[in-house]
Amino acid sequence: MTTSGQPVDSANPATGQIVRYAAGTRMTHWIGAISFVLLALSGLAMFYPPLFWLSNLFGGGDTMRAVHPWIGLIMVVAFLLLAGKVHRDMKIQARDRQWLRQLGDVTANREDLLPEVGRYNAGQKLVYLVALLSLIVMLLTGLEIWRAYFTAYFPIELTRLASLLHAFFAFVLILTIIVHIYAAIWVKGSVRAMTRGTVSYGWAWKHHRLWFRDVTRNAGK
Amino acid sequence: MALQSLDIVRRSATTIPAPAARGAPAGEVAKLIDVSKCIGCKACQVACMEWNDLRDEVGTCSGSYTNPADLSDQSWTLMRFSEYENEKNDLEWLIRKDGCMHCADPGCLKACPAPGAIVQYANGIVDFHEENCIGCGYCITGCPFNIPRISKKDKKAYKCTLCSDRVSVGLEPACVKACPTGAIVFGSKDDMQQHAAERIEDLKSRGFEQAGLYDPAGVGGTHVMYVLHHADKPEIYAGLPQDPHISPMVRLWKGATKPLAALAILGATLAGFLHYVGVGPNEVTEEDEKAARRELEKQS
Repeated sequence: MTTSGQPVDSANPATGQIVRYAAGTRMTHWIGAISFVLLALSGLAMFYPPLFWLSNLFGGGDTMRAVHPWIGLIMVVAFLLLAGKVHRDMKIQARDRQWLRQLGDVTANREDLLPEVGRYNAGQKLVYLVALLSLIVMLLTGLEIWRAYFTAYFPIELTRLASLLHAFFAFVLILTIIVHIYAAIWVKGSVRAMTRGTVSYGWAWKHHRLWFRDVTRNAGK
Repeated sequence: MALQSLDIVRRSATTIPAPAARGAPAGEVAKLIDVSKCIGCKACQVACMEWNDLRDEVGTCSGSYTNPADLSDQSWTLMRFSEYENEKNDLEWLIRKDGCMHCADPGCLKACPAPGAIVQYANGIVDFHEENCIGCGYCITGCPFNIPRISKKDKKAYKCTLCSDRVSVGLEPACVKACPTGAIVFGSKDDMQQHAAERIEDLKSRGFEQAGLYDPAGVGGTHVMYVLHHADKPEIYAGLPQDPHISPMVRLWKGATKPLAALAILGATLAGFLHYVGVGPNEVTEEDEKAARRELEKQS
């Protein structure tokens, strides 16, 4: 299985490891992740006065205001590149709905009771879809309220709406990413998958059994 | 306090309560602009430039006496000329001196994210402290009167200060000083309301039935007020809003959402932490690795 010429999802019986994320995917993910952290810190500083001190991390409020939109563009580009690699595996299916109905089993680590999962589980798919929606809204509203270049071309009522929507979807995205980060801390082996690229056979079997069968079947041939 | 006359009662994006022990020593101030007395000479514009050391770019004629065409970081006040045809098909040349209204409930201050970039003095003046301004333009988004402008030179927001520097030492604003017809007067808000009432009575006796004071309640009243001959139709004076108020969208954006969102974010983080210490991580065991191997053997 290849995406843009890079080998992905290859199982190596000798090492007992499966490549889950190719180097390009990992780097793109972390460029997006670092951008997100910088955006969240600067965005919260501009949104919530008790956190304005975070602007010091950016060399003061003025620089923070100036760099925030540019970092936003970097995040959007990184996310879209990432989306290009994972989008086809992100459709919500019948087994995903069942998975979501059993959210109690999910959080209680009773994974054996859940329907078998493909490359991504329903939680990951939801995180992806909500992030995609939030990013599209924040890109559009962010451009609208980017005073240095665009705001003057729009009516004031639209700027007010865009400011509100930008803040709201930033809030949604921050909550979503908190879920995403916590899931990575919670499900051991996930961080390694996104830093070193590989997961063990057991990890794939336990968390993404359909995907495990897919890749090991290919590896055998 | 540097100057008692400049006691700050409200400060943007600030969590420390403002000093509240004293009120304004001389009461709240107001500038009253009597539109019916204005002859459009622009002495106020020139005086504003002179006192505040502002020099706008020389523009081009836009076909109106309104010149420059709009407020800017270098033009804090502006005569706006409107040609209005009244019910009798007579032309009325309406001239309104535009500029900051110094709202009692300022939308700019509510929207501003930079601590201390916008302040309100006890005397009612709303002032921008540009050294704290980060140039985001939220003040423009928050203003119901479309007044603040960002400078292209330093990316900071500027507007009329009501000559807070002059007022603090007992002088009237420069525009008031320069007005040759007495259309602009300055004093305590009470005095100005009283003066306006006399003017309105006079205007009514001259046939302007709808003459009235523009001191809109939607923004808590303003510290720049107008006497209008057609107070029922403020919009004919170059779009003066009928019922200005801080937009509900700005209120929502800068109101309860702030602490609620912060709480939710904190709550989500705490929930994750509690889940980790309560339920624990989801780990792959040796059993899982063995099961994976067994399944592989079955496959082959």
